[in-house]
Amino acid sequence: MDSQVPIVIVGAGQAGMQIAESLRQEGFGGTLTLCGEEPHPPYQRPPLSKKWLVDGGTTASLALRGPAVMERLRIALKLDSRVRAIDRNRREVELADGSRLPYDRLALATGSLPRTLPIPGASLPGVLALRGIADSLAIGAAIRRSTAEGRRVVVVGGGFIGLEVAAAARKLGAEVTVLEGLPRLMSRVTAPVVSESFARLHGSHGVQLIFGAQVAEIVGYEGSVAAVRTKDGQEYPAGCVVVGIGVDPDDLLARSAGLLCERGIVVDDCARTSDPMIAAAGDCTARRLADGELVRLESVQNAIEQGKSAAAALMGRSRPFVAAPWFWSDQFEVKLQMVGLSRGYDQVVTRGDLDKPAYSAFYFRAGRLLAVDSLNRISDHMQAKKLLDNGLSPTPEQAADPQFELPSLLKVREATAGGA
Amino acid sequence: MPRITYVEPDGHAVTLKLEPGQTLMRAAMDAGLQGIEAQCGGNCNCATCHCYVAPQWLDKLKPPSDDEQLMLTNVAAERRPNSRLSCQLVAEDALDGLIVRFPDRQS
Repeated sequence: MDSQVPIVIVGAGQAGMQIAESLRQEGFGGTLTLCGEEPHPPYQRPPLSKKWLVDGGTTASLALRGPAVMERLRIALKLDSRVRAIDRNRREVELADGSRLPYDRLALATGSLPRTLPIPGASLPGVLALRGIADSLAIGAAIRRSTAEGRRVVVVGGGFIGLEVAAAARKLGAEVTVLEGLPRLMSRVTAPVVSESFARLHGSHGVQLIFGAQVAEIVGYEGSVAAVRTKDGQEYPAGCVVVGIGVDPDDLLARSAGLLCERGIVVDDCARTSDPMIAAAGDCTARRLADGELVRLESVQNAIEQGKSAAAALMGRSRPFVAAPWFWSDQFEVKLQMVGLSRGYDQVVTRGDLDKPAYSAFYFRAGRLLAVDSLNRISDHMQAKKLLDNGLSPTPEQAADPQFELPSLLKVREATAGGA
Repeated sequence: MPRITYVEPDGHAVTLKLEPGQTLMRAAMDAGLQGIEAQCGGNCNCATCHCYVAPQWLDKLKPPSDDEQLMLTNVAAERRPNSRLSCQLVAEDALDGLIVRFPDRQS
């Protein structure tokens, strides 16, 4: 490719960095510009709700790559640079300061934005959400301040982020209340048995869990947050409120430019958008599956794998992302690892010890394995990942039988393949 | 400062000086080496920082934890007796001269 041809990447998170690196690995020799809104070079986000929130630490410790890498790979990093428009006819992006950058190919990795509560008081000081380093620092400071003042931390939302923040706040010595609108934790992604384990876990660590809590108002006092009021009239006193009610893809830029978007920038398996000159990767995308359904994933693995696909697509190659999706969460002493998508399951069986907890929940549809959630069961997780990646499924009876060796299914297949 | 030599999948060798206490994964990521992904950022959650340790160094390393052993059971590339996760290997002066090699695939 012509070495003068520029590629611009919008968004300097996990996906943006991956696209940049993979473009160089794919042999792209032209000008490569990576634009990020934040003042930080590309960094890891998962620790922001986990260890880093508790321990603090430097921003450098979160960096995805060292500064020397940007130089060696000739990645022009434009930080504090929000892209405010894409001009697809002139093939230029316009930055917030009015300057313009020409592109031959463009990659979008704009990530996602935390949902906000559409209620009175939602913008009071002390009401916080988590997206970046600055948010994690603010949440950490608010938790410490609330604790020092003897006031509670109220978390709105019993999903991954909310529960991880709750666990971190307990570790920091805070009294914590989690308000969940539905009858159980993480209900969007896990079976009741797993929700139950996490409710017990958080309960045993002194987190107050309130279910069916419809948050109606954040009550202020002298210009700062004082309590959260629910529709049933209950008030939960709060020194700070952390809102973790999910994220929406940040597809505004793409939508304004006329790219096909449907709750996310619509891409195919190879991270191609509706414009052949533009690819997209990570949280901002909605991937169209073969059956026409759209799937949105918010994970590191998705950012990395789609990032590789996007780089290949920009170089005119097809590299579909087909691996089974996986996620993880650390809460107190439980390591939760999930692989596959359980959506549409009709049967769940468990394997292991529910009380400890050290078990896995296997999700099936019509007898075929869809997904596995593992709590402190690393080997189940790794084995399930291999099975799903290879399109293999144990029967529900085999999965529930602790004597049954899951890897034997892989061996059977190898033997069959060898004999054919 | 212990010097660690990393061999990338294509055979290219890079020697880095590590701070004692730094993980081999972290230094490799900072240097942008090929052949490592470290998707989970060093939490022993993903097995994408798999490396092969030069056999003469194996017994000088702290043995793998139970978690690491379990993660190693299903690494993407071939698991060998000298397979380790580089996020669990911490640099110390006694490891000056250590050589590790990254496999051809991590995911």
